[in-house]
Amino acid sequence: MISGVSIYEILTVSTIIFFIGVYGFVTRKNLIAMLMSIELILNSAALNFVVINKYLFPEHLGGAIFSIFIIAVAAAETALALAIIINLYRLIMSLKTDDTETMKF
Amino acid sequence: MERIIFYIISVLMIVFAVMAVSNRNIMRSIVYLLFVLIGIAGIYFMIEFYFLGAVQLTVYAGGIIVLYINSVMLVEKINTPLPSVVWWRKLLAASLSIFGIVLTLFAIWSYNFVKIAESQTKDTSINDVGRALLNYGDRGFVLPFEVISILLLAAMVGAIVIAKTNKPQENNELK
Repeated sequence: MISGVSIYEILTVSTIIFFIGVYGFVTRKNLIAMLMSIELILNSAALNFVVINKYLFPEHLGGAIFSIFIIAVAAAETALALAIIINLYRLIMSLKTDDTETMKF
Repeated sequence: MERIIFYIISVLMIVFAVMAVSNRNIMRSIVYLLFVLIGIAGIYFMIEFYFLGAVQLTVYAGGIIVLYINSVMLVEKINTPLPSVVWWRKLLAASLSIFGIVLTLFAIWSYNFVKIAESQTKDTSINDVGRALLNYGDRGFVLPFEVISILLLAAMVGAIVIAKTNKPQENNELK
């Protein structure tokens, strides 16, 4: 627990980062840049888990352990998505979302 | 003192997050994303989840960012700027985000969280995290732990299968 900082302020920061990620996800047209916005969203969600664990239920460890799982799932998701993007780039030579029209070649 | 450090980290994180989603050079925006991830690791260290902060630093700042940089270098010229966004789409996304921020902050600040005295919180050591992860009794997490290990294995195999090239097979067929 950070002395002098209430739960409201940390939740405010994570909310702002979450919606910055949403803004990036809506505006970006590049597949890798959209994935980066998803990283921002996942990170703010994990921060929420940890903060609520620490400030409201300090005797349990559920939030911290679920953040570890979120980080593991995010790593798996990034590896798979980047593999798909590299494979897609070989086929259509582009990373724009407008150019990825067909689902199966 | 801790309060001032928290505010500095928060402001830096928000500024770098905005730059990460708005910069048109993708390499720079990856580096700004790295700063945001390090800031979140700093908050983990400040609320005394040291193991989680270390995992955040090694997996995100060490692993995922390198993966992004490698794949950007594999697929595109680094200096190619991203396509610019039309103004109405920016305006729409910004108003959507600001509406969401206002709505969520209203919900958070109007809710009355139970306050816990600072003396009640205890330090979380790596021992506690490990015992909770391998505990199969009450409040144990051994099942999600095993499921996540299988998920990581499947993701690793899947990434190799998806990203591998088909050229050797074609050569064999030609022979």
